[in-house]
Amino acid sequence: MDFAFSEQQDLLRASARQFLERECPADMVRHWSDAPQGYSPDLWQKMAALGWMGLVLPETYGGSGLSFVDLTILMEEMGRTLLPAPFFSSIALGALTLLETGSDEQRQQMLPRLVRGEMKVCVALLEADGRYDPRGIAMRASIRGNRATLNGTKLFVVDAHVSDYIICVARTRGGRDPESGISLFVLDITSPGIACTPLMSIDQTRRLCEVSFTRVGVSLEAMLGGRDAAWPTLQRALDKATVALCAEMVGGAEKAMEMCVDYGKTRVQFGRPIGSFQAVKHKIADMKVWVENAKSVVHYAAWAVDRDAPEASRAASMAKAYCSEMYTQVTADGIQVHGGVGFTWDHHMHLYFKRAKSSEVLLGDSTWHRERTAALIPL
Amino acid sequence: MDLTLTPAEEKFRDECHAWLDAHAPREWHDSAFRESLTPASEIAFLKSWQHTLYDGGWVGLTWPREYGGRGTTFMEQVIFNQEMARAKAPPLINVLGIIIAGPTIMVHGTEEQKRRYLPKILNAEEIWCQGFSEPNSGSDLASLATRARLDGDEFVVNGQKIWNSYGHMAQQCLVLARTDPSLPKHKGITALIVDMQSPGVTVKPLRQITGDAEFNEVFFDNVRVPQANLVGEINDGWNVAITILMFERLNTASLLEIQTKIALDELIDTARRTLRNGRPATEDPLIRQKLAQIYTDVEILRLSTYRSITRFQRGQRPGPEGSIDKLFWSETAQRLFAVAMEILGPKGQLVKGSKGTVDSGRWSYQFLRSRADTIAGGTSEILRNIIGERVLGLPKG
Repeated sequence: MDFAFSEQQDLLRASARQFLERECPADMVRHWSDAPQGYSPDLWQKMAALGWMGLVLPETYGGSGLSFVDLTILMEEMGRTLLPAPFFSSIALGALTLLETGSDEQRQQMLPRLVRGEMKVCVALLEADGRYDPRGIAMRASIRGNRATLNGTKLFVVDAHVSDYIICVARTRGGRDPESGISLFVLDITSPGIACTPLMSIDQTRRLCEVSFTRVGVSLEAMLGGRDAAWPTLQRALDKATVALCAEMVGGAEKAMEMCVDYGKTRVQFGRPIGSFQAVKHKIADMKVWVENAKSVVHYAAWAVDRDAPEASRAASMAKAYCSEMYTQVTADGIQVHGGVGFTWDHHMHLYFKRAKSSEVLLGDSTWHRERTAALIPL
Repeated sequence: MDLTLTPAEEKFRDECHAWLDAHAPREWHDSAFRESLTPASEIAFLKSWQHTLYDGGWVGLTWPREYGGRGTTFMEQVIFNQEMARAKAPPLINVLGIIIAGPTIMVHGTEEQKRRYLPKILNAEEIWCQGFSEPNSGSDLASLATRARLDGDEFVVNGQKIWNSYGHMAQQCLVLARTDPSLPKHKGITALIVDMQSPGVTVKPLRQITGDAEFNEVFFDNVRVPQANLVGEINDGWNVAITILMFERLNTASLLEIQTKIALDELIDTARRTLRNGRPATEDPLIRQKLAQIYTDVEILRLSTYRSITRFQRGQRPGPEGSIDKLFWSETAQRLFAVAMEILGPKGQLVKGSKGTVDSGRWSYQFLRSRADTIAGGTSEILRNIIGERVLGLPKG
């Protein structure tokens, strides 16, 4: 039993932190989250040059073949700086979905280009009723011969506006078991009939889109995984993406806590630093408890999904149930600890609070993942 | 990072498993047997069980071999704790000796003290208690007023201790007493080993919220203690105490986490058998939310223990970060028993001996008992100060 990072992993973290602090300071976060694209293509290329895109992809596809735990280290560091970039959508969710569900030929076609930073791929899952389980998939793909026609609307698709490809989750067959009858299609996002509308959310560091499909024709060669049977493999990819997202949330929460510690030491009221008052000190101590607990469960979940442990799904859901509450609570208290200045646009705390809130619901909120945990205990 | 057991750890687990299966007294699970025990015969039973464990080489696993231990890793101690829980084996009775007094004597004691006390801690020949808290010195432990005055080659101890566990059965007590009131409060304290059979020692049970008396008040009235019973330097008792508390946290964390896990498993069992609105409580969406949350929190306790063990095995001494685990454990345990009461509805309030109890009233008992969790071993308020000041570096108030 050894529950800590290796020396190489500590080095990876240190170099990622150094890089992101240099390349992505808070004013850059603000600059890029005001821009229509929402990210810096230059920085994206630098990240590709560092090998980040292919960090956990097998060497056959141009990746470095590191473990999923290594990816969560990067995600934590990206969360610290609130990096506004399609890394979560295109790598943690998109590339890992391709890896889990695609044939070798499909992977060969797409993954090396993803690794080189030449293309991005998003995943269109959620629909109007907002549920992350198979019952939420109502969109139809009707198959005739070796072609399918997609009709329907996907919501809250992360970074679709800058993606080159889109993986669409659709129902190819009805029936009583909601898990069966689901298929995945990977499409060029410029295909006729696909329309992408950016949504305006409180968190401009992560962009969401509505994507509508109107009589979009696609060859069955674009199908990922088995026909009608894609859900179980997709679920594995979703578990990984969920844990990657949790890691990002841990990094952001830890940074928000550190901002509070600094402020508590330097802000003086009544002739004393406010961090010496127990009402403030105890709030910050509770942030530390939240963050350390989150690390324990997220690092465990990262290890479990990496090795496909039998409890991997439960671990992922426990991590997300915990982090969804943790990040929002820590950043809400972060605003409180900073007082009036924490409420201003110029202070960075609101950027973390907004990221916390958007991450809380992404891939399922606490209530959702606690119910899934309950089902997997099983209760 | 690898959360699986190494082959050596697996082998150790199998050894524990086999030994406990062969030796753990089965009558402990028999409620008729448990109810037939008097306080005195229960003590004798548990002492004899610890002696059996000692003969098997299972007590003081992490202690160095020269002091009668096995020099194992903390992970092996945790594995043993887990196997004890799995086998539903009776607890170690001399837990304060093993967790607090022994390690303190190993670090601060004289050679003579090590030879005299350590073996009898392990085989439960001498039960230990601790005399730290006083009626007017709880969280502010360093303000303690029990005096120890040197008279020739003996200390004369006067004062009152409180919240003392095991005092009614203990042979030895590790006492903190003030030897120099002219020094600042942290500086004039000394740690002493007091023989509980000495003239002038009076133990009075303290009845608590549950109606039981787990704790005692201990009165020292001109108790004469040989100077040879001094632990560490005179007036250096605060440092001695701090080492003890750090040890206590790391060791206790694993035992508490396992206890809580067992309680959760039993609560889930009970919830399956308890109807709410005509259906098992485990099918009620709100109860499912709460049980899943506690399940997650209990998993976090286990994982945090593993992180602490890894830090320790990589050479870091246990420090103030142990406060995080204690704080979270105590609040988790209280939530667990509060949810148990909620699941049971009106029946939850019934106590042992009443008609109509669930699980013989254990949930109402533990619900009440768990109020101590956020007080004993450092109140949550003190722990938050420690986290704020000593872990995060916030200024003192």
